[in-house]
Amino acid sequence: MEYEAVIGLEVHVQIKTGSKIFSGCRSGFGFDPNTLVDPVVLGLPGSLPVMNKAALDGIIKAGLALNCEIPDYCKWDRKNYFYPDSPNNYQITQYDQPICDGGYVEIELEGETRAVMGSHRKVKLTRIHLENDVGKLNHFAEDSLVDYNRAFTPLMEIVSEPDMHSGAEAFAFLTAIRQTMIYCGISDCDMEKGQMRADANISVRPVGQKELGAKIELKNLNSITGVKNGIEYEIKRQTQELKKGRTIVQATWRWDADQGRTELMREKEDAHDYRYFPDPDLMPVRIDDEWRKRIRSEIPELPFDKQRRFIEEYELPYSITSVLVPDRGLSDYFEEAARKAPKSAQAIGNYVANDLLRELSESSTALADCKMSAANLLSLVQVVEKGVITKQIAKDVFIEMFNTGETAEEVVERKGLKPDFDDDQVKTWCQEAIDENPRPVEDYRSGNEKALNALLGQVMKKSRGKANPQVVQGLLKELLG
Amino acid sequence: MSDALYYKSARELGELLEKGELSSVELTRSVVERTKAVEDRVKAFNSFDEDDALSQAAESDARRGNGESLGPLDGIPVGIKDVLAVKDQPLTCSSKILADFISPYDATCIQNLKQSGAILWGRLNMDEFAMGSSTENSGTKVTGNPWNLECIPGGSSGGSAAAVSAGEAVVSLGSDTGGSIRQPASHCGIVGLKPTYGRVSRYGLAAFASSLDQVGPMGRTTWDVAALLQSISGHDVHDSTSYKIEVPDYLDSIEQLKGKKWTIGLPKEYFESASDTASIGPVNEAIAFYKSIGCEFQEVSLPHTEYAVATYYIVATAEASSNLARYDGIRYTHRAEKFDAKDSVDIYCQSRAEGFGNEVKRRVLLGTYVLSSGYYDAYYLKAQKARTLIRRDFEAVFQDVDALLTPTAPGPAFKRGAHTGDPLSMYLSDIYTLSANLAGIPGLSVPCGYADGLPVGLQLLGKPFKEEELLAIGNEFESAHSFKDEHPEL
Repeated sequence: MEYEAVIGLEVHVQIKTGSKIFSGCRSGFGFDPNTLVDPVVLGLPGSLPVMNKAALDGIIKAGLALNCEIPDYCKWDRKNYFYPDSPNNYQITQYDQPICDGGYVEIELEGETRAVMGSHRKVKLTRIHLENDVGKLNHFAEDSLVDYNRAFTPLMEIVSEPDMHSGAEAFAFLTAIRQTMIYCGISDCDMEKGQMRADANISVRPVGQKELGAKIELKNLNSITGVKNGIEYEIKRQTQELKKGRTIVQATWRWDADQGRTELMREKEDAHDYRYFPDPDLMPVRIDDEWRKRIRSEIPELPFDKQRRFIEEYELPYSITSVLVPDRGLSDYFEEAARKAPKSAQAIGNYVANDLLRELSESSTALADCKMSAANLLSLVQVVEKGVITKQIAKDVFIEMFNTGETAEEVVERKGLKPDFDDDQVKTWCQEAIDENPRPVEDYRSGNEKALNALLGQVMKKSRGKANPQVVQGLLKELLG
Repeated sequence: MSDALYYKSARELGELLEKGELSSVELTRSVVERTKAVEDRVKAFNSFDEDDALSQAAESDARRGNGESLGPLDGIPVGIKDVLAVKDQPLTCSSKILADFISPYDATCIQNLKQSGAILWGRLNMDEFAMGSSTENSGTKVTGNPWNLECIPGGSSGGSAAAVSAGEAVVSLGSDTGGSIRQPASHCGIVGLKPTYGRVSRYGLAAFASSLDQVGPMGRTTWDVAALLQSISGHDVHDSTSYKIEVPDYLDSIEQLKGKKWTIGLPKEYFESASDTASIGPVNEAIAFYKSIGCEFQEVSLPHTEYAVATYYIVATAEASSNLARYDGIRYTHRAEKFDAKDSVDIYCQSRAEGFGNEVKRRVLLGTYVLSSGYYDAYYLKAQKARTLIRRDFEAVFQDVDALLTPTAPGPAFKRGAHTGDPLSMYLSDIYTLSANLAGIPGLSVPCGYADGLPVGLQLLGKPFKEEELLAIGNEFESAHSFKDEHPEL
């Protein structure tokens, strides 16, 4: 019998705001424990939550970017449960009237090779709601200590429909969400810093069966690759169990990335009764068209749209776009230059995707701190196109420009890279090369085209690399008749 | 009758301070001495800090000396119910679970009082977490009614009422979730006002039931209560449920509204049940007085009154079960010495079992039950619907009348222990007050006489944000009677 997996993801994404979701207390990562706290964050007696408008803007933006409906009205509910990382022992969340309804995430699966665009599809979302993050428990030999710095960071929960079927789709789903959030400036989605967290619900059923199989909730998925690996392992495990005729019991498992396997956490979901009820401390939120319009106007062109446009408008190869587009800064850099010289877009794209990225990474420089402006890069491309310098020399000029921030012309001038000879001189060097190298000449004349390269090399040497190889080749052929 | 400084009204004291005939230090010392003299019998305070009060008083005197008085409350000692956060002061809510907690911040109403120059005086006893009607549920001590120390002072703001009644504070702050300002005010023969929900910020008020709680003033006169209300009212960015609406000049309004012929409603459901209570005599005399000055009375109906007590105890306990979850033995509350270190749930269980009293436990259990899945619709949701109907009852009658007049409580203060074995009968002592909390409207209790030798109050209920009308109506009665000058023998 053939089996298929059905996967749903619950993705938590922190919203990057200056202050916390329900108080003016500063929000951040990497501070000394319990320094980003105030009476609200610590749940002191008498403290009250007050909604942070920036967090609302953030989730509305996320919702619009992920094609959700933003209803006119949403409200806040308390989810009651005891846990030491929760200051009030209830979480303020949205139970039945979330701020974002429905929606979908466009994903791209891996293509056959890196040069080929993979297939795209839409993964349906159930909802996105806003809630407060909790603190962090640190366990030691004798004690456990709680750090409330993370508590009350604005947190979105993006809930997908059970609409995925493989680890690869889940990987693509998270990658797409991450890129969209980064593009919109909503979150940096750094999973190591806990800015994005994912749990997966996985079930397996015989192909053709309508009902879902028993659901396994998979936790401890600490990276996007971890999500993929964990899901793939779990699908394999469940399928084998079913093939052996065993039944799957609904439970929570955890992914052990070091061992590369999943293990049982809780046999049966503790019958948690969260006793949701509307939070009497917070007013419901009304969202009007003006608000939606304002946020919509702040959403930039989204990654897949940009990629399609780069391919169509600038005729970039897919492989270059798949390097540029995931990085909004890099894309903007490319386009700043390409917009001024659309015909040179491919050359610009190549420089950005190869040379610029390499230099940035070798010098550990952020694009924002890069000395080489997009306008300067364009000057380099144009110097090459005019035939002032060769592509070979341009490689070195690029590095020089990257290090100093000079224009291409300035580097060419300063280093004396401009040809200091005329076409007649080149012709003379060609003749000299022919005279001095009878062997390759003979080979060429007897039909070995490749022998010409030896002569070309000689001429380039004489010109100290400055001669245009195409011109030299033409001249050599002409002289050799 | 007493000429003592500590029994003068805030208004008189303010005038003396203003004229330079009295210093705040003298006044504060008088209140402190009075407190020391009677406190071992009244037991109104959980704690007080004499030096702190006197140093605040010295600062007030210095301000006045420089011509920088902050207004009518500058230099006046205000007692604070131990449910409001005052920076660097204990905040116990009369609970063992907060026995060692010192607040690192000020409630907004406390900030406002500081800006009015008031002397913050002591931490006043209450029913634990404001749950009760007699202050017998306090985890710290049992407060006596200054009129008869064997009787309860009412609750939950029993300490706030007793202190003002006994001259241990000039005015005080209380909180009212179902009658917790008005009922003890009635029992102790003072004035108490529950403002409209949203009039006063709740930031810094340890929550019992968030949608019902309101901080309010208590004092010996309507003028004093109005001055205190003026200081603490207004919108607060730290409380989303505080209302953005202009605060009138209450002291001025009392004068402006003097002599107005009010139309006053008498809710028949209240009077049907009150007819055989001890309060009815003095209340009927008050009605006769108002008629004599030209006010018009109408019988009105609040048909959903019979559901108020049940509705209240579902909504209040549901919210309380969640609000009190933060007292867990993890951060700042009492932690049990012995617990199973391998089981984090055991810290909660042991600490809360030791830290909370019986009434708090009863209400947390009740609230947890009514929110449980499978019961939510039958209890909490239904209670919310009933609450809407109760609020509409009031909206409807306020089309026809300016205010409602009722007894504040079914009778005068009862003997200590009279209802402790029967929580339900205790819950009924708030039968006339808790509807105002469900509807969010303001309510005022003003002394109107005695029953069995103990004070009895009349309650005036008003339109949302029309506290000034209640104060003006109450002031008419107060001005024509001498109850404000009658004090218990201690």
